Amino acid sequence: MTRTVEAGWTRVLRSLARVGAALLLVLIALPIVSLALTLRVSDLGDAVERGLWQALTLSLTSTTVAAAVLVLLGTPLAWSLARTSSRWARAIEMLVRLPAVTPPAVAGVALLAAFGRQGLFGDSLAELGVALPFSTAAVIIAQVFVAAPFYVLPLQDAFREIDEDMLWTARSLGASPTRVFFRISLPLAMPSLLSGLAIGWARALGEFGATLVFAGNLPGTTQTLPIAIYTAMEGDLGPARAMAIVLLVVAMLLFLVLRSKPLASMLGRSR
Amino acid sequence: MSLELDLTVKQGTLTLEVEVECEGVTAVMGPNGAGKTTLLRACIGAITPERGSIVLGGRTLLDRNTNLPPEDRHIAYVPQGLGLFPHMSALENVVFARRRGSSAQKRAEAGRLLEELEMSHLAERFPRELSGGEQQKVALARAMAADPELLLLDEPLSALDPTAKPRMRRFLAIWLSETGLPALLVTHDPADAVEFADDLLVLEDGRVSQRGTLDDVAVRPATEFVAALTAGLIERRPRTLPPPSVVSEDE
Repeated sequence: MTRTVEAGWTRVLRSLARVGAALLLVLIALPIVSLALTLRVSDLGDAVERGLWQALTLSLTSTTVAAAVLVLLGTPLAWSLARTSSRWARAIEMLVRLPAVTPPAVAGVALLAAFGRQGLFGDSLAELGVALPFSTAAVIIAQVFVAAPFYVLPLQDAFREIDEDMLWTARSLGASPTRVFFRISLPLAMPSLLSGLAIGWARALGEFGATLVFAGNLPGTTQTLPIAIYTAMEGDLGPARAMAIVLLVVAMLLFLVLRSKPLASMLGRSR
Repeated sequence: MSLELDLTVKQGTLTLEVEVECEGVTAVMGPNGAGKTTLLRACIGAITPERGSIVLGGRTLLDRNTNLPPEDRHIAYVPQGLGLFPHMSALENVVFARRRGSSAQKRAEAGRLLEELEMSHLAERFPRELSGGEQQKVALARAMAADPELLLLDEPLSALDPTAKPRMRRFLAIWLSETGLPALLVTHDPADAVEFADDLLVLEDGRVSQRGTLDDVAVRPATEFVAALTAGLIERRPRTLPPPSVVSEDE
């Protein structure tokens, strides 16, 4: 008797779970499908008139620089965090995690507080002749800030998973620490590096709030594609739709390339 | 070529204190947590001792003023898990350890080392595509490729299934005597010691409880552990030895 009741409940729960899952899928799929369905060819022309190419170029160049900064600075950070277990390392790890949970607008205000004209380091920067806010450099800084955790933390985990005995063996066989890093650690962490880079890059490409607050909305200098979409929406929704589609396609292509198996095996030499 | 160790190593709750001179193949035995692997790791420089010195064939690797990095010690380490590089083929694993020569020379030399172990036909395989014994051979070929002056083998047969063990043990014994290199070989199995070792070094709780030739140790075991260990040894030995009696060092 009890068994039948339990089976009944299981059945109800399973149906509820199915309905819930389906609802969420619809919620995700519907807007994207609608975006494609409501697009008109004339929208694309309007979008070009409203600076689509300029904004797309800025988005691509700034995120490429941001991604390069992530790889060049984030990889050593991930490596050193993985190799130490001190209390300081855990504190730094929390700090790196922070941008992932910081609302973008808050990040923008924080960046202004640090590097803005009236910010803590604004005067020193001004003396050096550097004015960060409302420059392309500010766009890149905002992108690096928000994307860093998505790159550094998974890579740190990947580095930590590598068998330490294997690395010492390699050293004992005559390899310098540098050689061990580039021939063993980095290739073994390459799948995580690439997927972290894909997500970090996508996050940078979509950056809006922090960029708007910290870098502003200057076409050609700080108006990235997401900000251009926001600006275009003040008029008609048409050009914004076209820009949105372009941004979506670019983000998807980027993700597919970075997550592709051939790239991973080429860089990681793993099968 | 002799290895002189005089070390104090702190690792977690363990304090390892060793002062020994080894020649030939020395089997390092002892209960779990006695400091066997710690000793090997200190030898290659993966752990920095509190104090002490390591002299290998008259060359000082470590003392108060010297601390050579692992790559300059010329000690090839084969850890318990073998430490094969999973993203490289067997051949590439061996090539990695060649220190000198053009890339073609390195490949040729690595190929020759694999051939000696009858592994040529598996050179392009990746470690996960090899059996335990085959992986073992790749690890040995790789260790030799580095032109070491000392070999450190940590439980070299532990990963093998019981049926493969005796053959690999035989193979390893012949291989070790052919290379002629001094070696420290950590093992749990008295059968290994009989097969490989000139000398036995027994560690208990971070200290050397006894060392000497197998026969010496078997005849005069210094501790209960050594007695239990060597009882097994004598059973396996074909020749007859007097029955062991426990001789404590204070007596």
